Amino acid sequence: MSPGTETETPDVAKKTPLLEIKDLHVKVEGKNILCGIDLTVKAGEVHAVMGPNGSGKSTLAHVLAGREGYEVIKGGVRFAGSDLLDMAPEERAREGLFLAFQYPVEIPGVGGMNFLKSALNVVRKHRGLPELDAMDFLTLAREKMRLLEIDEKLIQRAVNVGFSGGEKKRNEVFQMAMLEPKLAVLDETDSGLDIDALKTVANGVNSMRSPDRAIILITHYQRLLDYVVPDKVHVLAHGRIAKSGGRKLALELEKKGYGAFGQSDASVAA
Amino acid sequence: MRREHPLSAPYVAQFTEARATLPGHGLAWLSGLRDKAIERFSSLDFPTPKVEEWKFTNLAPLTKTVFGPGPAKADEDAGDAVQGFLMEETPCHLLVFVDGRYRPRLSALGDLPAGAEVTTLAAALKARPDMLESHLSGGTDIGEKPFVALNTAFMADGAVLTLEPGVALERPVHFLYMASAHEAPVVTHPRTLVLAGRGSAATVLESYIGTGSQTYWTNAVTDVVVDEGAALKHYRLQAEGAKAFHIAATEVRLARDSRYESFVLAVGGRLARNEIAAALNGTNIDCRLSGAYLARDRQHIDNTTFIDHAQPESHSRQVYKGVLDGKAHAVFQGKIVVRPQAQKTDAHQLNKNLLLSETSRVDTKPELEIHADDVKCSHGASVGELDAEALFYMRARGIDARHARNLLIEAFVGETFEHISFPPVRAHLERMASSWLPSRHQGGAP
Repeated sequence: MSPGTETETPDVAKKTPLLEIKDLHVKVEGKNILCGIDLTVKAGEVHAVMGPNGSGKSTLAHVLAGREGYEVIKGGVRFAGSDLLDMAPEERAREGLFLAFQYPVEIPGVGGMNFLKSALNVVRKHRGLPELDAMDFLTLAREKMRLLEIDEKLIQRAVNVGFSGGEKKRNEVFQMAMLEPKLAVLDETDSGLDIDALKTVANGVNSMRSPDRAIILITHYQRLLDYVVPDKVHVLAHGRIAKSGGRKLALELEKKGYGAFGQSDASVAA
Repeated sequence: MRREHPLSAPYVAQFTEARATLPGHGLAWLSGLRDKAIERFSSLDFPTPKVEEWKFTNLAPLTKTVFGPGPAKADEDAGDAVQGFLMEETPCHLLVFVDGRYRPRLSALGDLPAGAEVTTLAAALKARPDMLESHLSGGTDIGEKPFVALNTAFMADGAVLTLEPGVALERPVHFLYMASAHEAPVVTHPRTLVLAGRGSAATVLESYIGTGSQTYWTNAVTDVVVDEGAALKHYRLQAEGAKAFHIAATEVRLARDSRYESFVLAVGGRLARNEIAAALNGTNIDCRLSGAYLARDRQHIDNTTFIDHAQPESHSRQVYKGVLDGKAHAVFQGKIVVRPQAQKTDAHQLNKNLLLSETSRVDTKPELEIHADDVKCSHGASVGELDAEALFYMRARGIDARHARNLLIEAFVGETFEHISFPPVRAHLERMASSWLPSRHQGGAP
């Protein structure tokens, strides 16, 4: 896919939303971080949520995934017809929500393969699918590892332990490819990647695009959007969506920075 | 320091009554040793927390009950309970003791190579009293340990392994001490003896188990002698019953060029103390002590080690890890002494603890006493909680909170099992440890 391609998929507009965020207000440690977010994402769509540091991007990702310490003071989130905020993090994952972490966690002593196999089988069981045995799991894992250019030795180690920054990010996208979520939220998956790693990750994300799945790309920079072309772009500033538009909005931001949204952290280009 | 009414008095009275019927009564040296031992116990009495070695382990709960001698009749049902603690897939030389008495029908000695002997203390007192004399009386000098003295006064049976020089045992030896269910509170004094001759090699597992809910007391002493160039792997499982008291002392004497590898898994008991004292009496000794302790409810588990570097150029390594839940209390006391002539000593000690509840507690006390100047010694201790970030990461992938916690706990303690270099015992003890996990946090936080 060449940079700058405009994609509009008008037919998806008719579908019921997969994710519906309404007037979401969130406090963290007593401070208002999200101040009335409205966002609707339908199956098949790719949305980019852009914004400067401190605008609330990562908070949005964490609230969706169910991290503790985030206090929802107003508003709500529906996911695939259910109240998302009522669910424990593991229930959200089983229902098909996936968060690619900005800072994937190292877990010494927990083997990557066993971890992912446990996760996949829990999710499969929840979806009424048979659990995979070790052989079938490995066959599937190898296929996805090839796509993300991940060395098999890497995920035989403890989860994320001794991985480089780029390896951690690729491992997140690999897990996403294995778990096949309905909605994937990628929290700054592009940050810290060199151009080759960025292309590999983008390739993995693009391979996940499907009419049944939605993807939210949270990013500071527009660079990733050259490779994963979004249907919609939102600019987050001061805990609100300040502007929404199409692909062109990201390019505009690249030229003008976030200054127009009243935040000084202006740089958009990597 | 003596109490007005010594807590030791009922045991001294029991000794006077039992004296003439204790095994080996005809042996003058043994009777003399027992008399000296009960006298020592009487004067030392049950230690209070004012005694430095017992500062963190308060024996008040133990002293509330007067424990009597074991039942005259052996429990015939004990066999079933033993099954769950055997290494089923690994052929062993197995000796089983129930309530301190040898049970041949539950045991399976198997074929031993020439120069190796597995027997019982009671049998050895009849057949080879001279061999015991040199190792029991001189071996563990009664010293200042009240419970070693008490064991010496009362010891009636236990396992004995002797290896002639150069003999290597292929199969592990398993000494299993089981407490059966009986109503009256009973104390047993199992005495284990392992004598590894020059250049010999063996693997020994000692298991102390109880499955019932009765109150009893195991007061165990193990004497270990590892001669020049011999290699002993010595493992221990402490899985006593929930209301049991377990006080154990292992006295290890190592000669030059010997290797000693110890691992202790402690999961049982209401109050348990496992003490290992290793005397490194030669050069080029490799002494490794490691262990894991898992405690919940109101359990108290104490691991106390003492490593005495008496000669130059020997190595010691210690790694102990504990996981505590509920109102459990753990103690780790690790003392290393490097004597003036023990130059080029290399001694390291590590103790790590994972607290799963706000009400659990650990006292960890490293103590280095170094009298030589050219040595490498280090120690480290830590107390931490489960990593909240790791928990969230796993839950965000669909793994439920309890499973995620268990994975992290297993990862934490799992590392210590790597120090068991005999794979079947490692697998066996890992299985014993993982059975501790599933009942955790029942009805607790999501």
